[in-house]
Amino acid sequence: MRLKLERRDAASRWATVAAPLIALGLAILTSLILFAALGKPAGQALYSLLLEPFDGWYNISELLLKMGPLMLIAQGLAIGFRTNVFNIGAEGQLIIGAICASALPIYFPTATSVWMLPAMIGLGAAGGAVWAGLAAGLRTRFNANEILVTLMLTLIATQVLNYLLLGPWKDPHGFNFPQSVMFPDVALLPILLPGTRVNISLLAALIASGLAYVIMRHRFSGYQLLVGGLAPRAARYAGFSESRAVWMSLILGGLAAGFAGACEVAGPLGQLQRSVSTGYGYSAIIVAYLGGLNPLGIMVSAFLMAALFIGGDNAMVSADLPVAAVFVFQGLLLVYYLGSLTFIRHRITFNGMGRA
Amino acid sequence: MTILAFILAGTLAAATPMLLAALGELIVERSGVLNLGIEGMMALGAAIGFVVTYHTHNPYLGFAAAALGGIILSLVFAILALALTANQVAAGLAIGVLGQGVSSLLGKPLESQTLNAPDKLPIPGLADLPLIGPVFDQDVVVYLTLILAVVLWAVLNHSKLGLIIRAVGESPGAARAIGFPVVRIRLGAIAFGGALAGMAGAYASTIYTPLWADGMIAGRGWIAVALVVFGTWQAGRIVFGALLFGALSLGGLIGQAAGVALPSQVLASVPYVVTIFMLAVISSNRRRMRLNTVASLGQSFSG
Repeated sequence: MRLKLERRDAASRWATVAAPLIALGLAILTSLILFAALGKPAGQALYSLLLEPFDGWYNISELLLKMGPLMLIAQGLAIGFRTNVFNIGAEGQLIIGAICASALPIYFPTATSVWMLPAMIGLGAAGGAVWAGLAAGLRTRFNANEILVTLMLTLIATQVLNYLLLGPWKDPHGFNFPQSVMFPDVALLPILLPGTRVNISLLAALIASGLAYVIMRHRFSGYQLLVGGLAPRAARYAGFSESRAVWMSLILGGLAAGFAGACEVAGPLGQLQRSVSTGYGYSAIIVAYLGGLNPLGIMVSAFLMAALFIGGDNAMVSADLPVAAVFVFQGLLLVYYLGSLTFIRHRITFNGMGRA
Repeated sequence: MTILAFILAGTLAAATPMLLAALGELIVERSGVLNLGIEGMMALGAAIGFVVTYHTHNPYLGFAAAALGGIILSLVFAILALALTANQVAAGLAIGVLGQGVSSLLGKPLESQTLNAPDKLPIPGLADLPLIGPVFDQDVVVYLTLILAVVLWAVLNHSKLGLIIRAVGESPGAARAIGFPVVRIRLGAIAFGGALAGMAGAYASTIYTPLWADGMIAGRGWIAVALVVFGTWQAGRIVFGALLFGALSLGGLIGQAAGVALPSQVLASVPYVVTIFMLAVISSNRRRMRLNTVASLGQSFSG
């Protein structure tokens, strides 16, 4: 007798929600064991990771601050993932976006124009799109695998950032820290919730999510992207082109990541620093998958991942956990999610016993 | 030692971690599976190898433990990709994140600690040659990796096992029909790839640069994945590719020696830029790619 997986005709709706929840439960259990094995206070660590982010207005506001870029980038990436275009270099696109946006306030530190901020955001988004567009061009023109190219472009972007911050863009009065000058007020995003660091870029992320939902749900291009990824030959017969899907996925993903990068330097950072790259681009890949590559699901999973980021910072202090614990937890989440997805899309049957 | 000899000898050592990991991935991909978690498996192997060698002073134990760590992580991938037929790209990214996270966690207490690099093993006669002598004065892993490349070439192209692996990769349905256990062969290939990636990481952290720094693999696992494409799934060409990247990653040292006044970040970026360039050049020959690529690469198979 053999176990066999049989594809279900349609996954039930509750099951789509169940997969990330099952994954969350299993990831919590595994990390509990792992932290205990490392001799860390496991209970304290989990409290810090999972509950403390919701404890008090300050924590919640910081959570909202981190949710914005995660949500925005994941929405962009999901467009590509749905069509099997794997942009895994959002981190690099975010860095380039932050660099392009920073150029204006760094070269015009005394500017007072109200156009400063829109120009920065525009430049940042364009920079991210160009960085991703390189991968699209190499894929469509030279057949180069976009997974490897976007990843390599991220490694290069990190070096560009290091070069600028250690060299030409280093603040001469910054005590030799690798960071730029502080931006003038006109280069900073207005605060959305008074008394917190949450700025209006959160609205942009929410609007982008709404747009992504509408596009996927009602517009033809959503269908077109879906077909292009799932059945390329069928898509070609129907007159859709693979290269258009590649370009669209990567450009939209790059725009979103570049926009997010610009909002980081114009928002909570207020200058260009190395810490602009804290892994949002990589985490957004997991956010996109946990959200089932669905715009609404991504809003929920971005909230969850933001909580995890805040929790990780807390656990570093309260449970002496290195920041890597967050990445371990993220990895576990994705592993368990992909595993439980199978049980939703398939039923298990025993060979020779026919359909249950 | 002359600069030329230094570059030649250094190239081999620098190429070794990438080559070792790429040879593992070659077998995995030839069986039809795409495991993108190499970077994570190398990071995990690097941390385990360093921690074990640091505490036991036994580099062999460090390598064995790193191989075991790579195997365990690759089996997590195998469960997702083979048993649960998950998307292989996503599954590879998942274990990549997990491996890098666990690596930082394990290495944290030993940040910036160093190890004594093991003694080199000069080949009698050859190591005394003028000019190129240092090329034959390497650690044992360098020799073994080159021997492994030859063995894997022979196995893949001239043995029954190689034929079965290739058959499974080219047409899993047909291979299954004539009685080959497709899933078990792929499982074996994945575990083999995991072991080599783990040891590649251990070589990087305990022999090549015997110092623990978080994130020390720095993209070399991804370059290994790219090397398999550059080598168009042929062991011999992968060796050449690895040597090229070994030389490139010495770029900083060579640049300094030659008195080039470029910022270190430019030199550090060279291997990444060349990876993109080579990918474009080699992939653009679509006919040759179609001829050499593994037909079922990355596709789930349930049977």
